[in-house]
Amino acid sequence: MTGTVEIRNVVKRFGKIEAVRDVSFNLPEGETVALVGHNGAGKTTLMKLMLGLIRPTGGHIMVLGDDPAAGEFAGRRRLGYLPENVSFNAALTGHETLAFYARLKREPAKSVAVLLERVGLTHAANRRVGTYSKGMRQRLGLAQALLGEPRVLLLDEPTTGLDPALRHSFYEIVEELRGRGATLLLSSHALTELEERAGRVIIMNRGIKVADGTLDELRRIARLPTRIRLKVTDAGLANVPNWLGPVDGWRQVNGHMVEIDAAPERKIEVLRRATDEGAPVEDLDVVPPTLDELYAHFLLSQETAR
Amino acid sequence: MRNILIVARKEIQEGLRNRWVLATTLLLAALALSLTFLGSAPTGNVGVRALDVVIVSLSSLTIFLLPLIALLISHDAIVGEMERGTMLLLLSYPVARWQVLLGKFVGHLSILAFATLLGYGAAAGALAATGEVIDRESWTAFASMIGSSILLGAAFIAVGYLVSALVRERGTAAGIAIGIWLVFVLIYDMALLGLLVVDQGQVLSGGLLNALLLLNPTDAYRLFNLTGSGNVSAFSGMAGVAQTTTLGPSVLLAALAAWALLPLGLAALAFSRREL
Repeated sequence: MTGTVEIRNVVKRFGKIEAVRDVSFNLPEGETVALVGHNGAGKTTLMKLMLGLIRPTGGHIMVLGDDPAAGEFAGRRRLGYLPENVSFNAALTGHETLAFYARLKREPAKSVAVLLERVGLTHAANRRVGTYSKGMRQRLGLAQALLGEPRVLLLDEPTTGLDPALRHSFYEIVEELRGRGATLLLSSHALTELEERAGRVIIMNRGIKVADGTLDELRRIARLPTRIRLKVTDAGLANVPNWLGPVDGWRQVNGHMVEIDAAPERKIEVLRRATDEGAPVEDLDVVPPTLDELYAHFLLSQETAR
Repeated sequence: MRNILIVARKEIQEGLRNRWVLATTLLLAALALSLTFLGSAPTGNVGVRALDVVIVSLSSLTIFLLPLIALLISHDAIVGEMERGTMLLLLSYPVARWQVLLGKFVGHLSILAFATLLGYGAAAGALAATGEVIDRESWTAFASMIGSSILLGAAFIAVGYLVSALVRERGTAAGIAIGIWLVFVLIYDMALLGLLVVDQGQVLSGGLLNALLLLNPTDAYRLFNLTGSGNVSAFSGMAGVAQTTTLGPSVLLAALAAWALLPLGLAALAFSRREL
């Protein structure tokens, strides 16, 4: 099995604006991929292209064996999509709405109640969607995306408007789906949230794919320093270079803390010295570069290259 | 096919829920009933077949009201769902765009047909209940009036969809829909009349006049119902027209059907090319 989603040299222009420029990637089965980029970077456009809502100006897209640009949609029975601002007809109840979408996916009517239970909407199933709060609508949106055991899930900013508890249960459901081999594409601004979930990160900027790889790979490419924080005794503070060796970029924070930005190849060396027998270190923390920092780095390096 | 029915069912469900069905049915029934009993006052009871009078007054009502109702439900169908964002989700489902459009059409037409049948049927039923003797010929004319009214509604629903599939904003769609109603229901006939008066039969031949009448679905409907049966055309004062026009009922019905199918096809084409 090759990728469930294949995108090759895709270009999308809206008039003069190039929303997506020559982007290619594959999404293999069972992978969770984070699509990262700020507003207007082309994330939503890419998802719409995969759904056939818009047609690419150039390039090819295959989703579950269909070419969405040609209007093929057989595979969409196994595809779930949660749009950025999900909306439903306000006149129908939650149950009626979900039942309608279930019929379109040829799902049995009993799956509706099960899904409503799963997203915690059973108590509001017979209320009109118009009376729902933003969080409840988002949950209903998630429920419809989960119809039919999807093999591919496209989630556009799925956690906006969810409170932390819901966010947690949301990611539990996502995790469960991944366990069953579904491909997940998540776009988000909340990078720290994605960091723990996504096996792979695709960074977009102004329609260009600027980086693509696992977090570790991206860290290696970016060569961002790892932050090492040491809690040092009073005596140690006085002569840091003596026991730490010649390290650039160390600084003292909060009295007893020493913070070092260690380049990848110096990291082990610094740690060795800090944990050496004679070193006046009481405690240490190692903070690898966060997705936020990686994101900023890749954006900056692309901007300067242009 | 199943997808079309699923979408149609949801459309009807929404129509029931937001009271469209109720409002339309009540409006048509109330107007039809008042026309039946108040409208027959001037004709008196002597020698006039009551249901034929009702057909004349109801078909005039239909020409004004049904296109308006049809445009009201249909102008919003595509652009409204796009603006509210519900279309985005619907089209990510395994359903083709033409199926969505056709499903909506079936749903909206069912609502309109239900309201017409019930509203106008109430008028005929009330008339029969008062003990009027109604012969078979009148019943046939009445049934074909209801059938053609629904067809007229279908034509304007299709026109509304075409507008809805082409414009970017709901407000524009509403404006254009009102414009279309004004043109077809009011302005077209006045302009045609003015043209005939000015022309004095010099240039406009009978054939051209026929073509011009077919170019307006409400005229095709009017001719179909008011000249269809001898009795009705006598009451409607259309007997003169009925003799001069060479348009048979089948041509008029075909014109109405074309007015429904052509815009529907164009709407499907426009919708399939829309990006959202």
